[in-house]
Amino acid sequence: MFETVLYEVRNRVAYITLNRPDKLNAFTKELNKEVQSAIKAASRDKSVGALVITGAGRAFCSGEDLSGVSEEMDHGEVLRKRYNPMLIELDRCEKPVIAAVNGVAAGAGMSLALACDFRLASDKASFIEAFIHVGLVPDAGNLYHLPRIIGHAKALELAVFGEKLPAEKAKELGLVTEMIPADTWEEGIAAFAERLANMPTVAIGLIKRNLKASWHSNLEDFLERDAQAQRIAGMTVDHREGVSAFLEKRNAVFKGE
Amino acid sequence: MNRSFENIETAVKGKIGLIELNRPKVLNALNRQMVTEILEAMEQYDRDPDIKIIVLAGKGRAFAAGADIDEMMDADAISLETLNQFTDWDRLAWIKKPIIGAVHGFALGGAFELALCCDMLFASEKAEFGFPEVNLGIMPGAGGTQRLTKLVGKTKAMEWVLSGKRISATEALHFGIINSTFAEEVLMEETMKFAGNIANQPPLAVRMIKESIHKAVDYSLYEGMQYERKNFYLLFASEDQKEGMRAFKEKRKPDFKGK
Repeated sequence: MFETVLYEVRNRVAYITLNRPDKLNAFTKELNKEVQSAIKAASRDKSVGALVITGAGRAFCSGEDLSGVSEEMDHGEVLRKRYNPMLIELDRCEKPVIAAVNGVAAGAGMSLALACDFRLASDKASFIEAFIHVGLVPDAGNLYHLPRIIGHAKALELAVFGEKLPAEKAKELGLVTEMIPADTWEEGIAAFAERLANMPTVAIGLIKRNLKASWHSNLEDFLERDAQAQRIAGMTVDHREGVSAFLEKRNAVFKGE
Repeated sequence: MNRSFENIETAVKGKIGLIELNRPKVLNALNRQMVTEILEAMEQYDRDPDIKIIVLAGKGRAFAAGADIDEMMDADAISLETLNQFTDWDRLAWIKKPIIGAVHGFALGGAFELALCCDMLFASEKAEFGFPEVNLGIMPGAGGTQRLTKLVGKTKAMEWVLSGKRISATEALHFGIINSTFAEEVLMEETMKFAGNIANQPPLAVRMIKESIHKAVDYSLYEGMQYERKNFYLLFASEDQKEGMRAFKEKRKPDFKGK
């Protein structure tokens, strides 16, 4: 199906693996396009309850492939044509998306991880705002997501100095949700993702939707959003199941419907 | 409905006459027959004393993606002039009862023009509007350049119709093209709730208000004021005016009869 991405659905989890390991999974036009298509496929697939984005080999993603950068290149158009559609597709996805950061996430690779809902990191992982070292600005939504995750001051510090942020430090900043040891990496990722995939998917989607909206709503408009979201969640099979399970004092079995 | 339709579905919900575009396989692409059916359904609802308001929506993934291109592909100027298909659109503007549109997915080209024929519009947060006609070497022909411009002014109308670019629901809300946005899942429910509330307003007042507001778009202020005044006077010939004012004085709920 794809040339630069591995796509596999296992136990309700869609695994999207950036697969250019010899280039540290650097972005090319094809990779942008295929990540976008893979996210779209997983979003539409009713048997998928969660997405994992990860990298093959020792890196998560090293950002834009600099071998493709030339003097005539219009950097703005590269973003508009390649990165922005990918980020918008990711933003539209209402299922939980996990970045399984197996190694370095640099430049736009870090941006991709920031745009996900959760970041799981191995002790070999690191984050680098590499842009400043080539005289550029963090892009692909990086400066949008970063202050929302770790706050303005820390975001500025990372973006301006571009120093390598080891996974442990990223965990302290709240950038990383959980550390997964390298020797149990795959099982750890699968366990985290499968847990999410078997939760009430519609409610999770609405939580994502409203949390995002909270950044640009006033309270009155937001309370109306609460009402609409709860009306939608209130009509789901999972809500009925949750209530029955509670009353019957048993564990709920959610279907994502 | 005393006629079965092929391209739309109709249903009466209390005092609301619902019309749903029903060619979901082609994203409800508007063909001439569909427009004629919409008009016929609206005219029937308009004559039906039990219906107080009309709701227009699309079945499937979108309100409607646009006009049926196949139908226009080989058209020539003379055949279009003789066919005079747009008279149906003129008659849509003569419907006296309020029309509320509910737009989800897309309302592009002819479908956007159809949406602009509604008196009020509700849309899903993800809905998109636009006039892509220019990309096909043509232009809107069912009121697009006129209604959109009257609604938002020359500046934005020029930008949108010349570029053919999509207008997001947020933008449409900002420029007053739509009344509110809702989560797509509850768009129909909320639209029907709103329509139900208007359906309980005194019908004659609703009728005169719709007519007067429409005149404001075309008339000079002087003529509009004269028109409004006559309608205002006319309502004093109604039983509902007597009932409405009496109920207000007696601190009770009015019981409007539409007479």
